[in-house]
Amino acid sequence: MPSHTFMLNGKQVTVEAEDDVRLLWVLRDLLGVTGPKYGCGLNVCKSCTSHINGKAFNPCSVPVSKIKPTDEITTIEGLPATVGKDLHPMQEAWLALDVAQCGYCQPGQIMTAVAKVRQARAAGHEIGDADLDEIRNICRCGTYSRIRAAIKAGAEHM
Amino acid sequence: MAEHRRSPNGPDAEPGGLGRRRFLGYLLAAPTLAVAVQWGAESLDPPTAEAAIPSLPQPEDLFDLGDLQNLAALPTSGLVSVQVNADGTASFAVPRAEVGQGMTTAVAMMIAEELDLPLDKVIVTLADARPELLMNQLTGGSNSMRSMYVPVRTAAAIARQQLVAAAARQWNLPVAELGTRDGVVTHPSGRSATYGSLAAAAAATRTTAVSAPLKSPEQFRILGTPQNRVDARDIVTGRKTFGMDLRVPNAKPTMVRRPPTINGTVGSVRNADAVRAMPGVTDIAVVSHGVAVRGETFGQCIDALRALEVTWGPGTVDTESDDTVLRKVRAAELPLAVPPLLSQHVDAEFTFAFASNSPLEPDNAIADVRQDSAEIWSSLKVPIVAQQEIAAMLGLPPDAVTVHVVQGGGSFGRHLFHDVAAEAAEISKAMGKPVKLMWSRTDDFRHGRTHPMCTSRIRATYLLGAVLSFEQRHTSVRTDFSHGLGEMITSTAAQLPVAGNLGFAETIFELTQSSPYDFGVTTQLLNEVPLGFNTGSMRNIYSPNVVCAQELVVDQLAARMGKDPVAFRREFLKDDRLRAVLDKAADAGEWGRSLPPGVAQGIGLHAEYRAAVASLVEIDCRPETVQRKVPDGVTGPRVTRALIVVDPGFAINPRGLEAQLIGAMNDAIALGLTSSLHIDNGIPLEGSWDNYFYTRQWNTPLDLKVIVLPPTTGKPGGAGELGVAPSLAAVACAYARATGTMPTSFPINHDTLAFTPYPLEPSTPQSPVDGLDFAY
Repeated sequence: MPSHTFMLNGKQVTVEAEDDVRLLWVLRDLLGVTGPKYGCGLNVCKSCTSHINGKAFNPCSVPVSKIKPTDEITTIEGLPATVGKDLHPMQEAWLALDVAQCGYCQPGQIMTAVAKVRQARAAGHEIGDADLDEIRNICRCGTYSRIRAAIKAGAEHM
Repeated sequence: MAEHRRSPNGPDAEPGGLGRRRFLGYLLAAPTLAVAVQWGAESLDPPTAEAAIPSLPQPEDLFDLGDLQNLAALPTSGLVSVQVNADGTASFAVPRAEVGQGMTTAVAMMIAEELDLPLDKVIVTLADARPELLMNQLTGGSNSMRSMYVPVRTAAAIARQQLVAAAARQWNLPVAELGTRDGVVTHPSGRSATYGSLAAAAAATRTTAVSAPLKSPEQFRILGTPQNRVDARDIVTGRKTFGMDLRVPNAKPTMVRRPPTINGTVGSVRNADAVRAMPGVTDIAVVSHGVAVRGETFGQCIDALRALEVTWGPGTVDTESDDTVLRKVRAAELPLAVPPLLSQHVDAEFTFAFASNSPLEPDNAIADVRQDSAEIWSSLKVPIVAQQEIAAMLGLPPDAVTVHVVQGGGSFGRHLFHDVAAEAAEISKAMGKPVKLMWSRTDDFRHGRTHPMCTSRIRATYLLGAVLSFEQRHTSVRTDFSHGLGEMITSTAAQLPVAGNLGFAETIFELTQSSPYDFGVTTQLLNEVPLGFNTGSMRNIYSPNVVCAQELVVDQLAARMGKDPVAFRREFLKDDRLRAVLDKAADAGEWGRSLPPGVAQGIGLHAEYRAAVASLVEIDCRPETVQRKVPDGVTGPRVTRALIVVDPGFAINPRGLEAQLIGAMNDAIALGLTSSLHIDNGIPLEGSWDNYFYTRQWNTPLDLKVIVLPPTTGKPGGAGELGVAPSLAAVACAYARATGTMPTSFPINHDTLAFTPYPLEPSTPQSPVDGLDFAY
């Protein structure tokens, strides 16, 4: 069976899997990293959102063979370490505003939020309603207004 | 409908609620202090005369579904306990499901309050199926807070009293001189002892009846204050363990290739051996409604189920589509009784499409079925019925089947049924191995439970400024209530052909519906059409449809009589609590403010679960808004501003209540504008979240406020479902006023299929491989 090596949450991992197994299942079923959630497997619901080299992506739609040894994969579990703290400012904002209901989508929401703030800044502006309207992550509990408020609050400390 | 004829300060209201009456509980023999939760304690207080269902006023006014559940819960007691542990924590295994509604947080608050213990020292877990609890183990009807508020607090208050008594004995001091604070018993002399150090000494050696007073509301330090969820940190760090995240040894990923129509059966499998030889695949088994595959990863299960070559037998609704179902529903509509003679009248009929209660976490369950026992893990709201039915299916005695209730990623009614747990057990038995069964997203939409199509026909007659009659005939494809009220007695009754599901459904309808207006002769009746769809309760059951139809007609009546919608409602309301939330909403929501053409306000009212709610929304139906483009998404009109005002009686956790109402508004927007299932030749066409258009960020209000009114009755009403009905009504009424046309079919975009359906075969689409192209 092919072997795949990449950086996961700051550590190098090697895992044996068929080339076409999507990264989501390599993370969840083989490596036991369950922060990224399955909500559709079709790159639609975005609940598996994680980062590759600092950019948001959806591992449900990426075969593990496309991940290079130098690629840095960050899941919600590894997000705090990217700022050297117990919690990332976006997670702190999520707690301050008590965003979560069931919580299933929230790891993906937070990973999206961080990338979205960075994307807006790279484009030369702070995150605003037009950017927030672009977020596709489903929250079936409908916590959208608290998510919007938390992203704006979290951005202030990023 | 709650207390229509009572004012907030009426004789029954007893502001502050329960005063200093004493409540009975039982100390249990245990190594450390344990106090039984005496279910139904509140119902044991007078008055208890509400058990008979009166004919007038409408039943829900005096006795609602929650009361029925509480009455049903009376026979069980002393079976669940609050325990104080040697480490100073208190623990309680709550016989309910946590699916995001915040129940565990509210229960922890009750215990922390009465025990004088910090909230973070209270550990609330989910109890396994406990058959001896009978009706006390159903999560539904927004009843958890109502049923647990007094019993759980009583147990905690007794525990506190026993800790104080233990310290008094040790110190040889009078009980009256001791106090408690933050998990410590104290004396003015400076002596103190932690609860942990007293937990063993306070324990009883035999079961003993004791009583204790509950705190009065003025003494509350935690209850009634906004608190964050107890599991918030686990959620934001990814540590919260949902059913999908559980690891049970050797319970490998398992999925099912499903038929192209609902409840179809397997004819033959042509290439089982070839598929079993695919990478990662361990087992294949034919089961009732498909072919199960078990493998090393879910991804390989998808590959395998797609590779299977299967012939299918017919399902249960193969010839049904939206139009055939609608014809059958209309044919079953009960006649209106009042002839529209000698008066003016409004006649209207509304259609509501099938909708999905699918949560974001797909249906999943782990099953480990052995020769003479079985163990199940799943998010279940009625675990006792799951245990008994799975045991029967497996040919095992119920006590040989252990059912663990796990954290659920949403429910919205879906987890009232245990379809996925039963299927997991069937597969595990067939394969002889533990399985972790997941339904794919497409399975969830196409084969999972639905809120069925229904119509609501209304005739209201009016003359000389008075409404003379209001008749509503609600007709629905049968809603399955076969989960009963929590155990096999009522569950079985719902399946009986004579009393039958309709009898039970009519009871549920009668206990949840009533008109809050003085509209003369008022009748609201339900009829149901038995078709072979997989249906079930969705958040707020009948109310969103019934109330939406009702409030649209109320707006019509107001217009016919030349009155403003808010002024008209205020004039005809018979419920003071509803009038209060209406006034607050109209004021805070700036009712009547100037808006551009194509933008309008709408208001909806509803009282249920012993609470009252007003929703006020503003909707933008201007072409530039309606026609805005989002890739693979629907836009349409946008609710730009929304306000919900609630009188919950007493809000245990205002922040949690607000969260439930925010979610309800987004549900309502989806039901009114964008989300439905299209039934086409025996199956829904929807297969993903880009087909079933639940509200997304681009359709959610930019300004959404919730106002929680101060306590009125002092008793907590239900929260989880409360906001859906009035919010849907408000959205519909606003849309009617913005466009000048009353909508009669919901969601308003149902007639346009705004997506290309996934193929029916294979039943689960393949995951894309181009995900990196979209990284940002």
